[in-house]
Amino acid sequence: MREEDIIIRTVIRLMVPFIQVFGLYVIFHGGGGPGGGFQGGVIMAASIILYVMAFGLTAGKQRLSEKVNMIMRSTGLYLYGGAGVLALIFGGKFLDYGVIPLPFLDPAHIRAFMIDGVVEVGVAITVMAVMVTIFFELYPGGTSDD
Amino acid sequence: MIEEILANYNYWIYVVLMMIGFYAVIAKSNLVKKVIGLNIFSTAIFLFYISIGDIRAIPGKIVTEPIYLEGEHLVENLVYVNPIPHVLILTGIVVSVSVTAVASALIIRIHKEFGTIEEEKILEMQS
Amino acid sequence: MKILPFIIVIITGSLLIWAGQDMPDFGDPDAPAHHHVADWYIENSEEDVAVENMVTSILADYRGYDTFGETTVIFTAGISVILILRRRED
Repeated sequence: MREEDIIIRTVIRLMVPFIQVFGLYVIFHGGGGPGGGFQGGVIMAASIILYVMAFGLTAGKQRLSEKVNMIMRSTGLYLYGGAGVLALIFGGKFLDYGVIPLPFLDPAHIRAFMIDGVVEVGVAITVMAVMVTIFFELYPGGTSDD
Repeated sequence: MIEEILANYNYWIYVVLMMIGFYAVIAKSNLVKKVIGLNIFSTAIFLFYISIGDIRAIPGKIVTEPIYLEGEHLVENLVYVNPIPHVLILTGIVVSVSVTAVASALIIRIHKEFGTIEEEKILEMQS
Repeated sequence: MKILPFIIVIITGSLLIWAGQDMPDFGDPDAPAHHHVADWYIENSEEDVAVENMVTSILADYRGYDTFGETTVIFTAGISVILILRRRED
């Protein structure tokens, strides 16, 4: 598709890294304030959608190729299911993170580490990959033309 | 009598918004307008559900959001808002987004197949 | 402005308003929604999970199974959009 004006291209090229850093902030501070996995994943997908709207679909697909997108779409779900099965291996129930013996931590802080570091990150990766997939499919001139 | 009607005014407002969305789903014949009406209907239901869990100002106590404050938690004059409606609505919003995405994909296929997205013309072409 | 859908909308709206008069007042602290399980979550969430945000600890630890199903729902929506809109290259 065609490219936009030069003012739009320059401003968006400056803004996209700051939007991604803010998205990472919202993901990792889900335990101390408002935020979490779903919200941060959508913000990170919005940065890629903004880039494609200014520079065209071909330039966007060079930055985030189809194969990387396909791998990210299922990695998040594996992380979440893997955390649950890990709790099954060490003797507890499914998704009961308190029985995993990490060193130097008591069960309350083990749960906090698993929530903030593994589960929320997995949810954010899946949500970001699916939002980018839906946008690339519905955009005119994508893979669904005759 | 007027006091009782005005005491829960939030339900009337959200019922009006819900009925606007409902009218758009059943009365318009363009398919994209139906999907927009479905979104308005979902948003009204989410707002209705969250407004159940609110707590107004109580004289003598502090009412705050469901995040623990620094220092002492669970003191006597600190009241936290109910956190459970917020949790359930986060799941509901994601379901609404998924329904909108699949409905838009189906509209694109219908347009390629029939050449139009008016519901009456599609029903004429089929019979 | 069609007549029959408009009448249906008016009837449904009035039924909902008539049924909504039994609900508790807006912001009432004695409502029954605040007393059964929300009190238990507010008191015990600090000792069990060392996270300050109650909403995140309920979403990912006490009710983590629902969030697992939720992530599966959005994954399925992505797969459905791909299946509907791609054709075989014949």
